[in-house]
Amino acid sequence: MNPRLYPLAATIAIFALAWAICVMQFPTMLSTRVVGNLLTDNAYLGIVAVGMTIVILSGGIDLSVGSVIAFSGVFIAVMLRDTNLHPLVVFVLLLAVTTAFGAAMGGLIHALAMPPFIVTLAGMFLMRGLAYMLTIDSVPINHPFYDLLDGAYWLMPGKGRLTLIGAAMLVAVAVGMVVAHRTRFGASVFALGGGEATARLMGVRVGRTTVAIYAFSGLMAGLSGIVFSIYTKSGYPLATVGTELTAIAAVVIGGTLLTGGAGFVFGTLIGVLTMGLIQTYIVFDGTLSSWWTKIIIGLLLLAFILLQKSLLRLSAIGGGRATRSRNEAAA
Amino acid sequence: MLLTIRSLTKTFPGTTALDAVDFDLAAGEIHALLGENGAGKSTLIKCLTGAYSRDGGEISLEGRPISPRSTSKAQELGIGTVYQEVNLLANLTVAQNLTFGREPTRFGMVDARAQKRQAEAMLEGYGLDIDVSRNLAAYSVAVRQIIAIARAVALSGKVLILDEPTASLDAREVETLFDVVRGLRDRGLGIVFVSHFLDQVFALTDRVTVLRNGRRVASERTADLNRVRLIEHMLGHALEDEVIAHGKTHDAAAAQRPELLRFENFGRRGHVEPFDLAVGRGEVLGLAGLLGSGRTESAELLFGVVEAHSGAARDENGTFDLSSPRAAVAAGFGYAPEERKEDGIVADLSVRENIALALQAHRGWLRRLSGAEQARLANNYIARLDIRTFGPEQPVGELSGGNQQKVVLARWLAMNPRFLILDEPTRGIDVGAHAEILRLIQKVTAEGMSILIISSELDELIAVSDRVIVVRDRRHVAELTGREITSDTIVRAIAAPQAGRQNSGEEAA
Amino acid sequence: MTVLRRIAPQLVTLAALVALVTLFFPDFLRIEVVDGRFVGPVMDIAKRGAQVGLLTVGMTLVVATRGIDLSVGTVMAISGAVAAWAITHDVSLAGTLALALTAGAAAGLWNGCLVALVGIQPIVATLILMTSGRGIAQLITEGRILTFSNEGLAFLGSGDLLGIPVPALIWFAAALAIALLMRRTALGLLVEAVGVNRSASALAGVNAAVLLVAVYVASGLCAGLAGIVSAADIRGADANNAGLWLELDAILAVVIGGNSLLGGRFSIAASLIGALIIQTIDTGILLAGFPSEYNLVIKAALVLVILVLQSPNLAHQWRTVGRAARRRREGVPLSAKAQGQ
Repeated sequence: MNPRLYPLAATIAIFALAWAICVMQFPTMLSTRVVGNLLTDNAYLGIVAVGMTIVILSGGIDLSVGSVIAFSGVFIAVMLRDTNLHPLVVFVLLLAVTTAFGAAMGGLIHALAMPPFIVTLAGMFLMRGLAYMLTIDSVPINHPFYDLLDGAYWLMPGKGRLTLIGAAMLVAVAVGMVVAHRTRFGASVFALGGGEATARLMGVRVGRTTVAIYAFSGLMAGLSGIVFSIYTKSGYPLATVGTELTAIAAVVIGGTLLTGGAGFVFGTLIGVLTMGLIQTYIVFDGTLSSWWTKIIIGLLLLAFILLQKSLLRLSAIGGGRATRSRNEAAA
Repeated sequence: MLLTIRSLTKTFPGTTALDAVDFDLAAGEIHALLGENGAGKSTLIKCLTGAYSRDGGEISLEGRPISPRSTSKAQELGIGTVYQEVNLLANLTVAQNLTFGREPTRFGMVDARAQKRQAEAMLEGYGLDIDVSRNLAAYSVAVRQIIAIARAVALSGKVLILDEPTASLDAREVETLFDVVRGLRDRGLGIVFVSHFLDQVFALTDRVTVLRNGRRVASERTADLNRVRLIEHMLGHALEDEVIAHGKTHDAAAAQRPELLRFENFGRRGHVEPFDLAVGRGEVLGLAGLLGSGRTESAELLFGVVEAHSGAARDENGTFDLSSPRAAVAAGFGYAPEERKEDGIVADLSVRENIALALQAHRGWLRRLSGAEQARLANNYIARLDIRTFGPEQPVGELSGGNQQKVVLARWLAMNPRFLILDEPTRGIDVGAHAEILRLIQKVTAEGMSILIISSELDELIAVSDRVIVVRDRRHVAELTGREITSDTIVRAIAAPQAGRQNSGEEAA
Repeated sequence: MTVLRRIAPQLVTLAALVALVTLFFPDFLRIEVVDGRFVGPVMDIAKRGAQVGLLTVGMTLVVATRGIDLSVGTVMAISGAVAAWAITHDVSLAGTLALALTAGAAAGLWNGCLVALVGIQPIVATLILMTSGRGIAQLITEGRILTFSNEGLAFLGSGDLLGIPVPALIWFAAALAIALLMRRTALGLLVEAVGVNRSASALAGVNAAVLLVAVYVASGLCAGLAGIVSAADIRGADANNAGLWLELDAILAVVIGGNSLLGGRFSIAASLIGALIIQTIDTGILLAGFPSEYNLVIKAALVLVILVLQSPNLAHQWRTVGRAARRRREGVPLSAKAQGQ
């Protein structure tokens, strides 16, 4: 096997192992019902994590996504309450707003040469604040179209339901895979993650790519917001606090290097499902407390970070000095 | 002519980096561009590749005037560059690196199979048999270098600029690279070869252009040149007189010094094989060898940057600990590393703080040197070493290379060490500072300090050393004293006799 | 003198902010004495700013080493939980404080070891504790809000000493102690050297690894102290909400304080003014009669302005201008640094 696939293989192996353990204890977990629920419950997380994967692959980070999801829910709920626009029109408006917001953050990151961490932190405050300014209450969504979206599912063999939003996540992952691994834009993303100076020498248009990366993340966060609003049928400015961290954790557990330059969108899906599986297990068990989820996810994070660290060290032995001085190459 | 440069001029605030420089490159020619650091080589290349815009003069390619505005524009025009630090991405596959920006697509998606085929086709004729779907990180620097060349040639195809491509390669890899470069010449490319290894210049190139202080001082056929003339062109006479006038006489008496330290069976697996080394008081030990031969590794071992697996260090009081730089400092050692910017200076801190750093670290955090004491220390060394700075508060990163080196030396002299290790102390600094540093070495050793100096410039090594250790294949293979110290004997010791190879072969088995 | 010049931009910002709030709320600067206590918006800011202020002190040091500590908010939750657990299990007040601070220091030690010894990027290393820390805190409180009624402990959160709120005193004392520790010993210089160039510092004999661990332990201790104050204030440990998102405020305060996230030079005083600025905005918005919903948007706008001012791109241009001016003034010939490089 090509060594670049090792982290992905580790991710899949851990997921398979975890599921095997779950099934041994609770045989009912081996059913399409559980699978369907896993996909539905984690749909919004999976979608936003796809965007996060692209950002992290480029060596950046996007802390604003949790706020963007909350803003999206509030925006949709308020628009549907106060105007006569069809939800589809509202969706398009929303996606335009969140994409433009992401693009603006990307533009700032590039123009100011500031760490993405701090720029998207400002974005996080801004979006949460805008959500507050729209409303400070939870606004329910009562629109027949929403009932239609919420009710749409495909009955899998074994009576599991693949809901519309679960399917939306799978589509988002597929799109993300194509974008990251099969387009020139994706190659530029990996190149940026490998080293900005070198990427520039190889002809990557850094500014344009950075804007596109954060715009994509904004788009995915908006989409995730739509899915979340379908899932909860409401908009609440305090919703999805900390989702950015969960998404980052999913990306890392999915085998993507948090420092950028190596990883897989498909791995992110597995990472999301692994985290969902842990929660499902705790629900099935009934005696374990919910805080164990956080602790186990923390341990998984640690394990993956250490694994990647040792893999990097292994490849550095072959690479020698060139790896070390890569960053200084064009300084 | 393939490429013609006339009266190229580039000024920076306060300096003229290039002063009306002419340069010609014919198709099917390997043209060496030589000069000390600061002579203007990199400025010339950056003007050529569009990284800088020139202030005056003309560049024409195949008779048409060009003014590239960026590296990629230069590439489109036909000028490709391979830098010393490979400018490819280790986290992408070889195929992705080779086809980057020109990936074959189908329905807007990258066609991985076609990409692989294209990459393999690009590597044809370079004598590489590698799996292009592996990450570049899996391959050695030499292989990466050749991949970088393949990419540059495929992208540009007229002019190839090789900027110090051999700096981190061993002898065999250099030969492989040269075969590739000669093949490209025979295909009609014009190649600019920048290197400071003179042997390589003579082995490879057809013509030589030498720059000094931003001016062209010579442009001749390589066959018409000899080493001495070439070095004269590069250095002028200033340094040689200086060095020769103050050089050691190398009579046998110099070896009779009281012993200061002794390293016994000192070594580390995979780093340097165990060696014995005695250091006399006030002695200058030279360490000669090619890059990667184990000379920097020896220095790192002696200073505790990496811990020794075997052996011990002794002085008159018995053995002492050398397991970390802190232990080495406590034992009275100092170390000015090769990579001055990465491992030497602390760029954002002031000259004062940089000079006080080692002393402060040694005293411990509780016993702080007051600001006044630090300033006194700094001012003292600024005067003694003639460090050109606006004052002790200037960030050291703003100084020139030579002055940064002097700051690092001042940091150690302030500790008054008994044994100072200098790895390439004069690399990349201007001629004036160069001579000053050599004078300084002679001065401090006269006061009783012992010095180990590593240098790739043989003349320099010969001029300052009382004794020369020759390193090859990560082992100390020869020790020359007195009249044995000549460039001839050193070169012969470096140029591996077969015995050395066989020995290492046996140990591996 | 140099300190004053360093913190001048922050002082000007704070003064402008105070003037602005006073415009909307004229009584802003008024301090009254009620029952032997000083009362007024300013005292309120000093008290409420204590938690972020304490975190900021540790964060400044971590940032100076080119690091970042995302876990301080959750460490607050852990130390608060430990304090509440101990005091409700009949541990003495001193023992309780010692246990809670030890928990903070242990968290810092964990982060420091991951960063300095294992060599994990700080943002990644501290993310681990950030995600799992609240789980650990909940483990201690068993998912409940653990309340206590010990007056001694509560005093630390809501008491007064010489008329001044105790949290404010703790904050200023901790900041002063650490600032003095940094500047009266060589620690400040060594931390800055490691932050700029760890490898060169280590080769000069600086014990970079120990220093890095120590800095994270200091950050953990500050967070532990903040956690105690937070728990003492509400007389209970809330594992879910204690210190929630305060790490971001602390990082923000450090950045507003003009400290570069790329490490190196640091100023604790400037960071603290940064924390005061944040708290003044929070309190000022309420006092000025704006709905608190505006708080976050204004904070975001402020961050953006500061980012623009601090941008390396712009800074470079300013520095070039400044250097040229200095040269003209001093009439010193140019160094050869631009030569041919």
